[in-house]
Amino acid sequence: MKQIVFISGKGGTGKSTLVSSLSILVKSKLIADCDVDAPNMHILLKGEVLKKADYYGAKEAVIDSELCVKCGICKETCRFDSINDEFEIKPMKCEGCGACVIACPQNAIHLEEVKTGEVYTSKTSRGTFSHALLDIGAEGSGRLVTEVRKNVSTCIKDEEWVLIDGSPGIGCVVIASITGADAVVVVSEPTKSGQSDLERVLGVAKHFGTPAFVCINKYDLNSEVTSQIEDFCEKEGVKVVGKIPFDPDVVKALREFKTPVEAGNEAVTNEIKSIWEKVSESVMNSES
Amino acid sequence: MKIAVLSGKGGTGKTTVSGSLALSVPNCQYLDCDVEEPNGSIFLKPDIKKSSPVNVLVPEVDASKCNQCGKCAEACQFNAIAVVKGKVLIFPQICHHCGACVLACPNGAIKEVERSIGVVESDENETFLQGKLNVSEPISIPILIQLKDRIKGDKNVIIDCPPGASCTVVESIEGCDYCVLVTEPTPFGLHDLKIAVQLVRKMQIPFGIVLNKASQDSTIIHEFCETEGIDLLLEVPFSQEIAENYSKGVLPAESSEQWKDRFKTVYEKIERGAKK
Repeated sequence: MKQIVFISGKGGTGKSTLVSSLSILVKSKLIADCDVDAPNMHILLKGEVLKKADYYGAKEAVIDSELCVKCGICKETCRFDSINDEFEIKPMKCEGCGACVIACPQNAIHLEEVKTGEVYTSKTSRGTFSHALLDIGAEGSGRLVTEVRKNVSTCIKDEEWVLIDGSPGIGCVVIASITGADAVVVVSEPTKSGQSDLERVLGVAKHFGTPAFVCINKYDLNSEVTSQIEDFCEKEGVKVVGKIPFDPDVVKALREFKTPVEAGNEAVTNEIKSIWEKVSESVMNSES
Repeated sequence: MKIAVLSGKGGTGKTTVSGSLALSVPNCQYLDCDVEEPNGSIFLKPDIKKSSPVNVLVPEVDASKCNQCGKCAEACQFNAIAVVKGKVLIFPQICHHCGACVLACPNGAIKEVERSIGVVESDENETFLQGKLNVSEPISIPILIQLKDRIKGDKNVIIDCPPGASCTVVESIEGCDYCVLVTEPTPFGLHDLKIAVQLVRKMQIPFGIVLNKASQDSTIIHEFCETEGIDLLLEVPFSQEIAENYSKGVLPAESSEQWKDRFKTVYEKIERGAKK
């Protein structure tokens, strides 16, 4: 079983569209959505939730007002400004580090586990699908991503691939999504911002030693930036595995919850097939 | 007045809107809080003159005082310390800089040392500020805190937020007078917009919506705004010209006076909305 993660640096470049298209084209696979604070894959996969579990991915300090003598030591200790003047924990500010617990001379503070989201296993016509939703404004999105990936690995029977939809950015969520994966495919777009974001996210893949491929979506929107991206990739030794043309029909189909594959968009579908051939072959060959 | 621009879904046009506001609003200070992938400078083209590192405190163990008791590893809630075969291992990248290990050590063997995780950069007058997280670093909150510390009270502040709705967005919008939620007329845009709406309502910040890439084919965002009683501040139509300009790093408010005026009107609506 091989895990391929689709990331982009910049948001909105077409990760979920590509992954949900591949979820039709690739035969033996499981699917996971690691964009836990703005997940979108479930909208296209239309699955049925088989299993739902609360996830406790953070802790929060609780002050026992009976024991508290309001000495103020906890407030001085806390580096996250999470204790108010009434010696209550401010919502959404506590990191759950426990420094105040150690510092309190009255033993009036303890940590409690906090629910930070929900993890789902869904049945879809395209295979088992693991996804999650972070509670509004919750801490610990990286841990929830790790939980989604753990969840998907418990579902594996004899599938060859796990297709993972990642999130934008380069921080903890992205790092949690790509750690230990067999390859990342960076979905880019030929804009100045897309280019800058691609370069940074490729740096992350390189740092963690994950083989990377690049695909340029809407490549004909700006041919100059497209060729700059190609030059950069060549210099970095990263293979550009495909260039998908801009087509307003793709967006139109998505509005009706259809991937370009389902909408019968041949040009885009063929390019996606070719991207997958190159990525899958390369990942399989690197094994031997 | 402090205005934050967020979206839930990435790529809907946060930087297009926040950058255009920065070009249209008088006496303005712009903060790029999308420190993982900052893009504001591509469009606003500031003359970056100042750069200061963002340092955090991480533990360092004095081996001569340490007896490998393991209390530090036990205290650390983030698994950033492990005691393996009589040695204390520290993983500085996942450290949350809380100081709990220092408090927990019975031998006074842990001190804290500075470590850089990124930079805050600005032009001479600090009308443009951006944070940049170093590549391969996971935690960006300390950069956001430093960025927001540089806010000038007498300015109109525009904050370009990171995508999503997690702790980094909470940190970015905290203390703002108004939030602009940017969305697009797709089922994904709407789904993530609803998450963003829940967040700003939870934080009790007045807000309105800008619909980007608007199309006559879709009314889902209009319907949502109507049902929920939310102000629709502006519609930016889907246009090849705007998309091509964007790809080159040119904003609508930079390329036309008409768009500048439209964003000025948005600002007036925001002023009224923040007072409600």
